[in-house]
Amino acid sequence: MLRLKGKGVSEGIAIGPLCFYKRQTSDIPRYETKDAAAEWQRFKDAQQLAVEQLGEIAEKAREQAGDEAAVLFETHAMMTEDLDYEEHIQNSVENLKLNAEAAVKDASDFFADMFASMDDDYMKERAADVKDVSARIIGILTGAGQGGMDSDVPAVVAADDLAPSETIQMDKSKILGFATEGGSGNSHTAILARTMGIPAIVGLGDQLKQLTEGCMVVVDGRSGEIFADPDQQTLDAYKEKLEAHIKHRKLLAELKGKPSVTKDGRSIKICCNIGNPDDIQFVKENDGEGIGLFRSEFLYLGCSDYPSEDYQFEAYKKVLEEMAPKEVIIRTMDIGADKQIDYFKMPHEENPALGMRALRISLTRPEVFRTQLRALFRASAYGKLGIMFPMVASVWEVREAKAACEKVKEELRSEGIPFDENTSIGIMIETPAAAVMSDLLAKEVDFFSCGTNDLTQYTLAVDRQNNDLGRFFDPHHPAVLRLLKLVADNAHKEGIWVGICGELGADPELTQTFLSIGIDELSVSPRSVLPLREKVRSSSVKEL
Amino acid sequence: MKSFEYTITEEVGIHARPAGLLSKEAAKFKECTIKVWKGEKSAEPKRLIQLMALGVKHGDTIKVTVEGADEEAVFEHMKKYFEENL
Repeated sequence: MLRLKGKGVSEGIAIGPLCFYKRQTSDIPRYETKDAAAEWQRFKDAQQLAVEQLGEIAEKAREQAGDEAAVLFETHAMMTEDLDYEEHIQNSVENLKLNAEAAVKDASDFFADMFASMDDDYMKERAADVKDVSARIIGILTGAGQGGMDSDVPAVVAADDLAPSETIQMDKSKILGFATEGGSGNSHTAILARTMGIPAIVGLGDQLKQLTEGCMVVVDGRSGEIFADPDQQTLDAYKEKLEAHIKHRKLLAELKGKPSVTKDGRSIKICCNIGNPDDIQFVKENDGEGIGLFRSEFLYLGCSDYPSEDYQFEAYKKVLEEMAPKEVIIRTMDIGADKQIDYFKMPHEENPALGMRALRISLTRPEVFRTQLRALFRASAYGKLGIMFPMVASVWEVREAKAACEKVKEELRSEGIPFDENTSIGIMIETPAAAVMSDLLAKEVDFFSCGTNDLTQYTLAVDRQNNDLGRFFDPHHPAVLRLLKLVADNAHKEGIWVGICGELGADPELTQTFLSIGIDELSVSPRSVLPLREKVRSSSVKEL
Repeated sequence: MKSFEYTITEEVGIHARPAGLLSKEAAKFKECTIKVWKGEKSAEPKRLIQLMALGVKHGDTIKVTVEGADEEAVFEHMKKYFEENL
């Protein structure tokens, strides 16, 4: 077995024979032309044909990969007719008396180099567009045509690099995956592979040369690994993964857009936990019904100093706009305990899990809190926002936090900055104290969300980070479940909703229990949304 | 000659897709020279490669100049196009 490592740019698993992409390579002729006008006409004819071909490819792309992919080829068609590009070629033909093929090659090199030297990774990739377009024209001029893959059975396609037009022109039913020497996550091939749902690994370099045509390979598009001639153990493990993947895809097709409702009509909202605005794509892909927990820590962890109000505002606004009209619940910073940040200069603590963390920091550092609240309320004008405070133990903490909100709202009003007056305010229930006091807390806020990891740790007095305590850390412990029931009952008495945003929410063994105690929302990682929806749709509350 | 300044709000800047669309739009006005300025450098938007090579990113403030026949109408048209699409 041989293991190759590249960069996984399109998720998924492929198992099958390897097939090298074959190009019609012929040397590009270079000679002095006697009739520059005729040579120019040859170019113009080839250019026109290339534009027509690209139009057809754009249509094919639209069917297979959507509008976004189609626009790429329309852009290619425009590049083919670009005035600078054309003038460069015209100059070579008319003044330097070059033949059309060589003139196109020179223009290709010139503009590809120009893009490759730009200080922007995205623009660097555009060098590939120029080369792709030029190769097409040269192919037409020399009559060599395009390359292709030659395999009767579905295969993993290997190549030095694949131009987007080459990718889209291959017979999709024959492609299991892509493996290329060059390329990056920004390359069109990577983007196309993702939209077509085909696993792809790029940046394999010379490693591909070790493989032979037709050898059996396993491609893991997530880890970026390729196993050639895999041993039985590896093969079995990946076959299992592949089946799980296919099952997930099937769920996606069956359950996307369907409501999360039990057989006897009880509906529950299934939302997502995210830690970064980039995760929104996974929320959308998996049909999350909103964002039940957006951890704002990433803004603080990614900086070397306190993130500014504007910086935070832009990040919140983006998430709200992208998710609108669905609700986004943003948790104010949950720093401390296992998440320490240097510039907060927190004194060393003997027992950080019980120490200065989360809302306790916010209430102790009102200026840091104010900045975050201002950013949040300003962003509230761009979607449906809920603000959630973590690590609450007492009613006074919630009142103090709400007072800080009111102060910020007053500031914004006087500054004439728009915000949503109806922004809902909620709290995490993750301490036994908050669960026990939930009758009074419910009068203060618009919603509860239970953080089951911390609730388990604090209820059972078991450190969740200590692996030796594994069997003592039991989130199914009746003490935890009783607290959840108490919280749900108290929430409903005050007419507010209650959710679970801890890992427990995705546990299918507890879905029935959650439904029966009246949990209104489960917020889980995007990948768990559809399996959970499937579970909900096959359950009925009355069975219990 | 008329000109306006504009700060790009489009997430990806004037990259492939938005550049292609802008290029098409600008090419409609054959009698008018339209230029996009980023600092000292400029590009004619109807020339796609030039436009892309200008490397206009999200948050960049650019200047657009319009000169030629029917200047006023083209100016208004392009200003509106930038505001709505970029």
